[in-house]
Amino acid sequence: MAESTSSSASIEAVERSLASAGYIASRQIATAVYLAEKIEKPILVEGPAGVGKTELAKAIAASRGLEMIRMQCYEGLDEAKALYEWKYAKQLLYTQILKDKLGEVLGDADTLAKALDQLHDFGDVFFSKEFVEPRPLLRALEQPMGCVLLIDEIDKSDAEFESLLLEILSDFQVTIPELGTVVAIVPPTVILTSNGERDLGDALKRRCLHLHIGFPEPKLEERIVETRVPGIPAVLRKQLVGFVNQVRTLDLKKLPSVSETIDWAKVLVLLGASELGHEMVKDTLNVLLKYEGDIEATLPQVSGFVAKSGRQGVFG
Amino acid sequence: MRDTLHRFFRAARGAGVRISPAESIDAMRAVAEVGPSDRGILRDALLLTLAKSGDDKAALGACFDTFFTHPDFEQSPAANDDVEDADGGASESIETAEGAASGQAAAELGALAQMLLAQDRAAIAAALSNASNAAGLTDIRVFTQRGLFASRVLEQLGIAQLRDDIDALNARNSADAERLTAALGSLRETVSEMVAQALLLYGSEEKEALRNEILRNAPMARLEQRQIEQMRALIRNIARRLRERFSKPRKRQRRGHLDVRRTIRRNAAWGGVPFMTAWKRRHRDKPKIVAICDVSGSVAQVSDFFLLLIHSLHEVVSDVRSFAFSGNLIEVSEVLEKNKPEEAMKQIMSSVGYGSSDYGRSFVDFEKGFMSAITPQTTVIVLGDARSNNLDPRADILRRIGERSKRLVWLNPEGRMAWGFGDSEMPRYATFCNVVRQCATAQQLERAVADIVATYQ
Repeated sequence: MAESTSSSASIEAVERSLASAGYIASRQIATAVYLAEKIEKPILVEGPAGVGKTELAKAIAASRGLEMIRMQCYEGLDEAKALYEWKYAKQLLYTQILKDKLGEVLGDADTLAKALDQLHDFGDVFFSKEFVEPRPLLRALEQPMGCVLLIDEIDKSDAEFESLLLEILSDFQVTIPELGTVVAIVPPTVILTSNGERDLGDALKRRCLHLHIGFPEPKLEERIVETRVPGIPAVLRKQLVGFVNQVRTLDLKKLPSVSETIDWAKVLVLLGASELGHEMVKDTLNVLLKYEGDIEATLPQVSGFVAKSGRQGVFG
Repeated sequence: MRDTLHRFFRAARGAGVRISPAESIDAMRAVAEVGPSDRGILRDALLLTLAKSGDDKAALGACFDTFFTHPDFEQSPAANDDVEDADGGASESIETAEGAASGQAAAELGALAQMLLAQDRAAIAAALSNASNAAGLTDIRVFTQRGLFASRVLEQLGIAQLRDDIDALNARNSADAERLTAALGSLRETVSEMVAQALLLYGSEEKEALRNEILRNAPMARLEQRQIEQMRALIRNIARRLRERFSKPRKRQRRGHLDVRRTIRRNAAWGGVPFMTAWKRRHRDKPKIVAICDVSGSVAQVSDFFLLLIHSLHEVVSDVRSFAFSGNLIEVSEVLEKNKPEEAMKQIMSSVGYGSSDYGRSFVDFEKGFMSAITPQTTVIVLGDARSNNLDPRADILRRIGERSKRLVWLNPEGRMAWGFGDSEMPRYATFCNVVRQCATAQQLERAVADIVATYQ
């Protein structure tokens, strides 16, 4: 019993430390972060755009005082851009400089075999750590204090790239043919995010904890708005969150997510609103909704929604 | 705890969540980390480690909730009241000596009877779970086994002893006997509930597999109404399988001949010295399909499933145009793209469906309106029973369709034995088709479509 109460206490501690970094986490998110640290597994975060998947990685980094290394995925990303690359220019430059020396080095070799031997020793120099340009993945493994590695929008990358990640995700190491295997000094905390644009491979999913972040509960969302937009009046906050939650029940192309709620709250505060007004909502709806069709679908409902969330503001 | 988790994994697999050994190890580690005391956290931890998609999460969540709610052993309130009344009556009328005697008598009873009399909930729950383990309740597969497993569990609980006890008590202490009989009734109920739950948890996987197997080989034209929904789900599964198989073209470079033009162009930077060779690649088209479906009464159901399958192959098939006919022919591609399958079929049926089929006239319609849809890369699939009600079959148009297209495939829901008998024009049409095959079941449909797509690979 003692160990389990301490576990729920430490999950609360995770929640608190994330909150101190400005990220209000649900119980589930906190559990995921706690487990990821304990059993050293990457977290694969899925969910609609703008619910704070990327923010989670930033918050973890901030709360632990670690560096965050971010790798944005896109189509055509390959190991030269993700893992490491040889510094070709530097290698060329050095060969040019050493060209003159070459005569001296090979001068005392009387047979061809000897010359070749000497040349071999020489050649290895060019494929050493000196000439490796580390890209995000390799850099993450080489951080002496550990770090938070964010692999953002993994669903945008090609299926081949996933296979490249497998070694890093399961063993926290990469193999460079010329140098050997590089093992992480301190295993980084890895967060992968995906918008579900394509289905990820089973091999990748198997290696991760799978966390789905949906739209937050109204209470949680209010707390998020409170931390992110400190100057907002309590009444407005309640009405605004109530309104957004009603908009989410509509059948829209892109539902407003947390980031849109925050943006909208900022705009309303800038405009000096203290309560959600009918006209003001109509004027600023374009902050919340990103498609013309969505705005048109929502406009007729605005007065009803405002009235309803107004009642919530008074009685709720 | 470990046993419980193992049983949970089996139940989860039954619920259709794929759990690999590695994932179950992760789950074990996670549970060891968070401990079992807080159910909410335990649920979160299991969902995090085991479920890898939204569907999985929902299924696993439901499974978790069923798994960790045991049917409690509860005596019905009415029985309880009776018991108390009887007790009260007994203790009032009869002196304490009698009470001592009944206590002595109780000592002679079996363990189960004592538990029931004492209403020791915890002990009964423990006995129930031991008995269900001993009876191998997790092996239950189909619903007909319910009676068998229930009686096995009861046997393990020691029901024979209990019956003897009741018989013995009937003579001496009828109040206790009544109490025990009532308790036995509710015990039976609890056990049968437990067995039903176990069936729900562990039986679903086999059940699903068995049902799908039967459905795959059932004639599509004669399904019952309730099976149609299941069939749609099955067709969607087939579509997913075909997509996975064919959507990603395997790379086939460096095969064949040197591409001289591209090699020279690529090596222009090195003064024409061919450092980098370029090879001719086999050009690969995605299938272009023209589907012509009979939707007259006899074949309509099969056409429905066929169109559903063809139109859910977006990743595999680049271009599908569908036509439906019975008396006359219309294009239905747009209706199918824009609407849900059920509504689309309703619309199609209301405009051309359920008439008596006239193949000749429908082919004339096709030649007049849509012949240009057929290119040398197109596979034309005709789905129908070729029963033209003794009207002119116009096989000459089918010949021209066959000549214009890459392949002409005829799928016939009727068995080969029936071809050519009655008003069937199948033998006449068959001469102009590249492939003619029977297509009555989902399995045959899958094979037919897979073969068509495979010719493009």
